[in-house]
Formats: sequence, C-alpha cells, structure tokens
Amino acid sequence: MPDQPSPKHAQENQQGADTTRDAAAPAVEETAAVVAVDTAGGAMQPSAVPATAQSGQLPGGSETVLRRIFTGSGMVSVLAVLLALIIGGLLIAITDKQVATTSGYFFARPTDMLTAVWNAATRSYIALFQGSVFNPRGNGVAAQFAPFMETLTIATPLITAGLGVALAFRAGLFNIGAQGQIIVAGILAAWVGFALHLPFGLHLLLVLVAGIVGGALWAGLVGLLKARTGAHEVILTIMFNYIALYFLRYLLNTPAFQRPGESNPISPILDPSAVYPQILGSQYRLHLGFLLAIAATVLVWWLLNRSTVGFEFRAVGANPKAAQTAGINVSRSTILVMAIAGGLAGMSGVAQVAGTEKVLTDGVAATYGFDAITVALLGRSTPWGTFAAGLLFGAFRAGAVQMQIQTGTPIDIVLVVQSLIVLFIAAPPLVRAVFGLNPRRRKPARAAKSGQAATTGGAA
Amino acid sequence: MKLELRGITKRFGTLLANDHIDVVVEPGQIHCLLGENGAGKSTLMNVLYGLYEPTEGEIRVDDKPVSFRGPGDAMAAGIGMVHQHFMLVPVFTVAENVALGAEPTKAAGFLNLDQTRQRIKEISDQYGFDVDPDALVEDLPVGVQQRVEIIKALVRNAKVLILDEPTAVLTPQETDELLDIMRQLKSRGTSIVFISHKLREVKEVSDTITVIRRGKVVGTADPAASTTELASMMVGRAVSLNLDKAPAQPKETTFEVSDLTVVAPNGQHVVDHLSFHIKRGEILAIAGVQGNGQTELTEAILGLQDRVTGSIVLDGKELVGRSVKEVLDAGVGFVPEDRTVDGLVGTFSVAENLILDLYDKPPFAKGISMSPAKIMENAKARIGEFDVRAPSAASAAGTLSGGNQQKLVMARELSRPLRLFIASQPTRGVDVGSIEFLHRRIVAERDQGTPVMIISTELDEVMELADRIAVLYKGRLVGTVPSGTSRDILGLMMAGIPPEEHAHTPQAGTPAPTSNAEGADHA
Repeated sequence: MPDQPSPKHAQENQQGADTTRDAAAPAVEETAAVVAVDTAGGAMQPSAVPATAQSGQLPGGSETVLRRIFTGSGMVSVLAVLLALIIGGLLIAITDKQVATTSGYFFARPTDMLTAVWNAATRSYIALFQGSVFNPRGNGVAAQFAPFMETLTIATPLITAGLGVALAFRAGLFNIGAQGQIIVAGILAAWVGFALHLPFGLHLLLVLVAGIVGGALWAGLVGLLKARTGAHEVILTIMFNYIALYFLRYLLNTPAFQRPGESNPISPILDPSAVYPQILGSQYRLHLGFLLAIAATVLVWWLLNRSTVGFEFRAVGANPKAAQTAGINVSRSTILVMAIAGGLAGMSGVAQVAGTEKVLTDGVAATYGFDAITVALLGRSTPWGTFAAGLLFGAFRAGAVQMQIQTGTPIDIVLVVQSLIVLFIAAPPLVRAVFGLNPRRRKPARAAKSGQAATTGGAA
Repeated sequence: MKLELRGITKRFGTLLANDHIDVVVEPGQIHCLLGENGAGKSTLMNVLYGLYEPTEGEIRVDDKPVSFRGPGDAMAAGIGMVHQHFMLVPVFTVAENVALGAEPTKAAGFLNLDQTRQRIKEISDQYGFDVDPDALVEDLPVGVQQRVEIIKALVRNAKVLILDEPTAVLTPQETDELLDIMRQLKSRGTSIVFISHKLREVKEVSDTITVIRRGKVVGTADPAASTTELASMMVGRAVSLNLDKAPAQPKETTFEVSDLTVVAPNGQHVVDHLSFHIKRGEILAIAGVQGNGQTELTEAILGLQDRVTGSIVLDGKELVGRSVKEVLDAGVGFVPEDRTVDGLVGTFSVAENLILDLYDKPPFAKGISMSPAKIMENAKARIGEFDVRAPSAASAAGTLSGGNQQKLVMARELSRPLRLFIASQPTRGVDVGSIEFLHRRIVAERDQGTPVMIISTELDEVMELADRIAVLYKGRLVGTVPSGTSRDILGLMMAGIPPEEHAHTPQAGTPAPTSNAEGADHA
C-alpha cells in the first residue's frame, strides 16, 4: 500500500489536500479552505502554495481517465500553468522581430539572440501582469489597482460557470452546457431587467432569481432526460447550447426583445434598478456579482462537503453502483445536480447582463461557458480550486489587451497558453516527466531491467 | 526439469511484494505455494512467467540461469501457466484457442488446425480429459475450460505447470477431478506449482509446501501437518479454524420468499420460482456454484432488480416493488458480493464509507446538514469494534487491504438494529485471520435473533456457518438440507442433482423434505 503522508507533510500540503481529495478529511478540509481563501484574496495564483508532491491517485475504485484528469493532483495544475507559460514565452520570442534579426547572426554572437528571446518573453509577461494585477505607472493608487479590479470583474462569470461544471463533474456528469445555461439565464434575467419596472432591490433580486431559475431549468431538463432515457449528457448539453443560442438570436429580432428603433439584434438597456451596483465605486467595473461568486463558492463547498445532498452527489460520481446499493436515488441526484449546476451557470448569465454588459446581445455568453470547463479542469473540480482558476483566467483575459497594446504581442497568445494548460493537465505523466517528478517506481524497475540484463548477459 | 528461484525480490515503489524468495521445484513434484491473499504468491509467479522483471534475484532452469522478457520466453523454457481468470476466447473452438499464439501453418500461411486437433486428442486421451477440440469454449463448463488451459500449456511442451488458485471457480467434484489430473501429470514427469490458500486441497495433493507471508518465505511444511498448523504458519499467529457455534435457537419466521422469479435483460429466468423462509435466530446459507442466480436473488431482495415477480415478505411487509432505501429502512443489512463495486466508494474516507447508507439519518445529519464530528465519532467506534486496520479514519477506503475493506462494510451493516442480515460472499478474498472474526460477528448477529442469509460459493464457509443449507442451481432451489449434510451430497446438489437421488450415501444424514425434482436430467 502507498505510504501515507506524515502529519507534518499533511500540514504543509493542506492546499493539496483541498485540490485533490476534499472527500477525505472534513477537518483538514476546513483549514484547507481557509488557506485557499487567504491566498485567493492575496495572490494571483493561490495554487502556487506548495502543493503536495504526492500524486494523489488512489488505488482501487474504477476511475475513468476523464475522472482522473478532472480530479487529479493540484500540483499538476500548477506545473501545467508554469509549463504553458514557458512555452508561451518561447512562442512570443519566435514571433518577435528583434529575435528574428539577431538569429541571423546567431553563430557570430549567440548572446544577442538569447538576450532578445529573454527580453521578448519577459516584456510581454510583465505587460500581462501590469494589465491584470498592478500597474505601477498608474495615476494614483486607484488607477494602479484598476487592472486587478478588471481581473476580478472578468473572473466573476468564469467562477460561477466553472463551479457549475465542477459540481456536475463531482457527481459524475460532464456538463458541457454552461454556455447554453448562461444564455437562457441571460435571456430571462435581461427580460425581467428591461421589461419590468420595479422598485430598487426587488427588481435586482427578481433579475437574479430569473437568471438562476432559467439556468437551472435548462440544465435540469438535461438531467431529467438523462435520468429517464439514459441519453448521454455530453450530447444533450452540446445540443442544448445550440438551441439556446439560436433561440436567443431569434428573440433578439422580435419586438419583445429588440430595442425600439434599432435594426441590430440588441435588447433595450436594463433599468438602473435591475443592475448590480458597482461595489468599489464608479471608477471600477467590479460589481456585486463578484461577491455573489464568492458566496456561491462557499455554498458549493458547503454543499459538497457538509450536506447530505453533496454526499449523494459525490457518492454517485465516485461509484454509482455502490451509491445505488446504499439506497441513494441516482436519478434524483442526476436531475438535482444538473439543476444546481445550471443555476450556478445562470449566475454567470446574470453577471453578464446585469453586471458588465447591461444589455442582451447574442454575444452575452462570449466564450465563458466553454472557458468554464477549462477553469473547472484547472481547479480540479474543487470549489476553491475553481475559484482560483477563474481568477487566473480572468487575469489572462484582462492582461492580454494591455500586453498587445504595450508590446504588440497578439492577444491570441493567451488563448494558446490557455490551450496548452488544458493539454498539459490532460497529460499528467508528461508534466511530471518534464519536471522529473514521475513516481520513483519506474526508475528502479528500468534500472533493474538493464542491470539484470547485464548480469545475465555476462553469465550466459 | 528442475526449476529454481533464487533470492527473488520484487519491489513496487516502496512496497516489497517479494523479499528474497527461494523456491526449488524438483522434477515431477507438486509444489504448493501457500499464503494469504496479498502475501505475494501471484507476484512471484508473474515474475516466474516473465510478466514482471524481478528487482533482484535469478531464475534457474536445470541449474542454468535464465532471463524471461515475457511469457513467450517462459513458455519456450517449458513453463506453462493457468491463470485464475482464464485467458480463452469464448467464441473460438477449443482447437482455435489452443492454437492461438503459436498457430501451426501450412504452405502460404494457411492455418493447420488439424495438427492442433490431433495434439488435443492425444493429450485428452492420455489424461482422460474428455475434451472435444471442436466445441466452442463458451459452451463448456468452467471445469472443462480449465482443462483447455492445461492442454494449452501441455501442447507447448510445458515441463512445469503453474496453477494459480485453480479451484476457486470449481465445484467440489470438479476440484476432485482437477486434483486427480494433477496427480496424473505428476506421474508423467510434469512438475506443478500449485498456488492456493485452501488448506484441504493443499494437504491432499502437495509433495512440498512453501508458506509465504508478507512477501517472505516463512518456512516449508509437510503435507501431513495439521490444518491448524498450516493456517497459523500462513497467518503468523494461532488461528482457530472451528467456529464452535452454539446450535441455533430458531424463533418465528419473519422472512419469507415465495415463488420469486427474476428475469434478466436477455429474457432468461435467472431466479426461477424460488421459495424459502428464514426464521429469527437462524442462518440460512445459500450454496451453489457462482452464477446460478445468487446475485440476482440478493439484488431482488434489495430492490435493485427491475423484473421481479412473486413475493418477498419481511415482518409482514412486502418488499417487492420497494426502493432500495425503503428496503434498507425496513431493517435489511446487506453486504454485497463485490465490495469494491457495490459496497464501498474507494475514494471516500473510511469514515464516510461507514455511513454510506446512514448519511441522512440522525445523528449524522440534521436536515441536509451533516455533522462531521458525529461521523468521526462513529468511525472511531466502528474501527475499534471491528478492528479495521486503517492508517486513520480519514484515509481512503480504496487503500485498505481486502480483509479490512470487508470488515469496513460489515461494520457498517451491523452497526444498526437489523430485521434481516444478508451477506454475499462475506469472506471472499479475506485472509484466514479475518475470516474467523467475520464469522463470529455473523453468528453473534444470529444470536441476537436476526434472520441471517449467507450466500457463498465456498463450501467450507457454507458448512461452517449454516444452520440450514439451500442449494441453488440455474436459478432454482435444488433442495434445502440441514447443516450436517456431507460435502459429497452438497457437491452433487450444486451440480443440480437433488438429495433423494443419492439418499443411500452413508453419511447423508436426513436429507430435507423440501426439494424440487428439477435437475435430475443433468446427472
């Protein structure tokens, strides 16, 4: 049996415990969450807190590859990000003019090119950082921190939709439908926002409820179809995404949704009483939705780790047969978890129409629904991991613009980095090999093989 | 051929599966490797068969060191292996299966199956195997499939035959036949490495016994040694093999199954008009070879089967048509036959697994809010009571050994007031030491006045635990007999022959009255 981490070891690695198997120890879990909150509030990459060196894989139990990828070690997440950034840096260098020029005389003066490579990569990443966290050239403290506020704003829908994907995954469902759920939530929330005229407070509350209910129904329908007919949720959610998108495009051309006097497919602006207040004043776009995203993270954490409902979800996700034998209603869990996941994605829809956009267009979901899958993946399907991953991706998006303006590095490089992250997370042995962290068992085996071959060869 | 393993060490990471093991298999000898599950027997044999590279040590064939890069090399050196789970293609004929991997060909690469057929006939006649080369493997009984595996090895001129837990899947009669075959093979000069943890067989057939415990050879034993002696060598401490349970004191009947039929998705009647009852304070053991409807029967009781007719009554309440939760709430404790699939969530902690079907009941939950403190408290109590060896209550259940996982499931199911206790294969893959403990707990539950139903394919276990024995064959009840019934009669019943057919058998006692005449034509 694999050796258990010593208590000291375990303490250092509470973050790891949180991101890998928060099913394990409720007590450890609680402190781990606290650590996660601290780091999430303070730093850009909370998962950079030393994660466990243990691979976190549990022997026994029939784990699918997909499941391993989604719930693997937090360490791999961190290393995947690091590796993606390094390769991204090289790509930036390759497209850099200075690098191209200096490579012409590489053999004469190699240092010129190496310097150019280093400069190109660091300049871009510094710009990325300044565009997403802290800009020292800003005019006053408020302006200096403006990039970070922008990061939080962009992270808001990523976090809530990511939580939806993560939660469904913990119950064994691969929810590709966050995109459609955001759209349906956006439609309902926006309509309540511009068509109804209600007092302050009540109006916003109703917008929020409409969005959450919209997302929950849209996803719950998938759960119902799966539970009743056995249809696969991946296919269902993908198709539901299309249905939602084209339904939205249709609606935006109907009098009920199209802004009067406008020929473009765009809705009226939401009432001031229906939009999220900007929580840090009007100079930042950051709105109430971010606080709700934090609340949602806490709620999902509680749901998964402290409630009977979450216990059912996790049991069904980890071993549906054992769950069924223990009297858990698997169909009910499937429907319920999809509904809650849809509700969370619905919060992203509300954050879009009532927070940042304040109107409904067919781009209401942007690519948040799909990025949410990546975010959940990077966050290892744990609530705080997803929160942290959402912040990271928010930072990428916020910083990319600044990077392009300052250094001319195309925004697309950020997409490449994001894709590389997914690629590396999907191939943990590759990441471990690059960093020389593969389980030791392989090496002695190989050594023994060659060693034995040598001895027998000599004897023969 | 003399086979020698010298100082074989196999390490998986930090786990030492084999620690400097020395074994010498003399020509024409049946050499038994005796050890508990997880002692390292199979690892050792996989090293020998070329499936694993040893970390240290060497293999010698006729005093010459050899190195196997794969099973092909081992076969070429004259080593054949019959795995616990057969490596046969079900839709191929016997001849095709035997030829597979070393197909004889005619000119232009055409298969020459006639040659293989001829060889099979020769071997079959020589040892009295009675195997038709043209039969489809899927149509053959398990015992015959095993012979096909043996033929496969013999066709490849195996001088040493490794049999890995060969009797696990056989009826008692088939087991006896296999032991005969082993003796014959021995008399013709084939050495046999016989891996088992069943003491009776080991004593009956072995020439030498090597006992392995925790990856080390702890000694050799004489086949004449007593079972208790062998068992304590295997486990490393004194074990009592006799349960010495008090006679049952049955009270009123509270559990009754009548005319129960379960239809499988393929339309087959896997449980066929089954009727039986269990009284409070008695253990009814359901015996039978695996796959004769036992699984479906337990699933039907629990509410996991869809197409169920007939009636299952517990305490006057009908259970057919109820959900699993309702059945559990009616006081049914259930230990499923495959703990890793149905009994545990491997990635959950020991503590969570201990409340897997109690998670929403007080004191573990109030409303939908669970209480981690109460869950931990419960875990500590159960771990102590059932001696579950886990690093901590927070460790994942999947990391525990088979025996401890089984104790975990048992601890959970026995930790609440029960009206019926069902345990399917309660000690499968569990070491001798834990078996003793688990059996005592089952008897203790009986003595509290709970009706107990044990489903087991191990005849020893059935005879040990049962107050009454019901034998299933092809979903039907062959008969119900009292606990003292002889092994021979039970063996025949497991092959579908009802007890009247052989009532004249001397130690038969009094065969029970309830018996279906079905199955007589299978004689």
